[in-house]
Amino acid sequence: MKLQSDLSRVLGLGSARSGAHHWLHQRLTAIAILPLSLWFVTALLTHMHDDVVDLTNWIRSPFVTVLLVSLIAAMFYHAKLGLQVVIEDYFHSDVAKVALLITMKLGCAFGALLGIVSVLKISFGMT
Amino acid sequence: MAEFKLPANSRITEGKTYGQVSGAKRAKTFQIYRWDPDSGENPRTDTYVIDLDKCGPMVLDAILYIKNEIDPTLTFRRSCREGICGSCAMNIDGTNTLACTKATTSVNGTVKIYPLPHMPVLKDLVPDLSHFYAQYASIKPWLQTKSPAPPDKERLQSVEDREKIDGLYECILCACCSTSCPSYWWNGERYLGPAVLLQAYRWLVDSRDEATGERLDELEDPFRLYRCHTIMNCAKTCPKGLNPAKAISEIKKMMVQRTL
Repeated sequence: MKLQSDLSRVLGLGSARSGAHHWLHQRLTAIAILPLSLWFVTALLTHMHDDVVDLTNWIRSPFVTVLLVSLIAAMFYHAKLGLQVVIEDYFHSDVAKVALLITMKLGCAFGALLGIVSVLKISFGMT
Repeated sequence: MAEFKLPANSRITEGKTYGQVSGAKRAKTFQIYRWDPDSGENPRTDTYVIDLDKCGPMVLDAILYIKNEIDPTLTFRRSCREGICGSCAMNIDGTNTLACTKATTSVNGTVKIYPLPHMPVLKDLVPDLSHFYAQYASIKPWLQTKSPAPPDKERLQSVEDREKIDGLYECILCACCSTSCPSYWWNGERYLGPAVLLQAYRWLVDSRDEATGERLDELEDPFRLYRCHTIMNCAKTCPKGLNPAKAISEIKKMMVQRTL
């Protein structure tokens, strides 16, 4: 049993003094993903019948490399921000919540790294 | 995880039926949630059939009629009977609203009445709002200043600045919006909810207040403020026609503004 005033329960551990950046970045990445994914889908359709050499050459163009890396980074960062909100919303046990948050963040970081390294590897001719 | 099924002792059973009216031209059926903490029984819904010609036009008139004439044990809060005190907030026909401003005839078929959703119930239609009020107290809902008050006059506010609190000061803290918000249902212990955030914004935009920075500091929290995902249930249900979701998004804008 915990004898605690209602106000003390509400004040809890105080304000985390964070959240504004999370909110802003979620929106910025969403805005960035919109043109990037449109470009990506259009590019995929354009290069649908390319062979490996043509495709590799296309990816090696600095412009395309940067756009691909940007898309991957924005996508995984956006996914991390969104999934974090979902977990915070629905998981109330501290252990499960913290474990899931860590797993999810590492998973997103891994996915992003894997994608970016793959693009760079092709781009820098290490295939 | 969120729980989607009520605990065994909270499941609602079918209760008694009262007052079969004969010869009534305008008979209306009311199905009302009942729970008595002293009985040890599960909650139930009792059914009351009344003649609308014998009572006033609003749902509050009907439940007062039921309490006075049929079943004096029916328990609910009410005070002003004109939509300014917020006491009679309850869930009527699936929507949180004030019983005193909801016309009985605006409900098709049976009028189903439950207490405000996802709050601890004290008895029948009376929810425990202690936590909600403590959250309100936590935002320090009063004018905070650092400069001393002018000795010979009030702290002045221009007409334009006064207009900024229109749509905010009218909030009567009935809790209809907060208890309609799924984020408040799942994380109400930490999320302040639309009503309290609307009030917080009311002080944030008050030109006379000098604690804007401190107020924003206290609100900047993933749970206190950022649990709002803008699903707008609050604005849809507000019996005073206010828009707490807009107030919350204005707070979020202020948060970003001060970082840029």
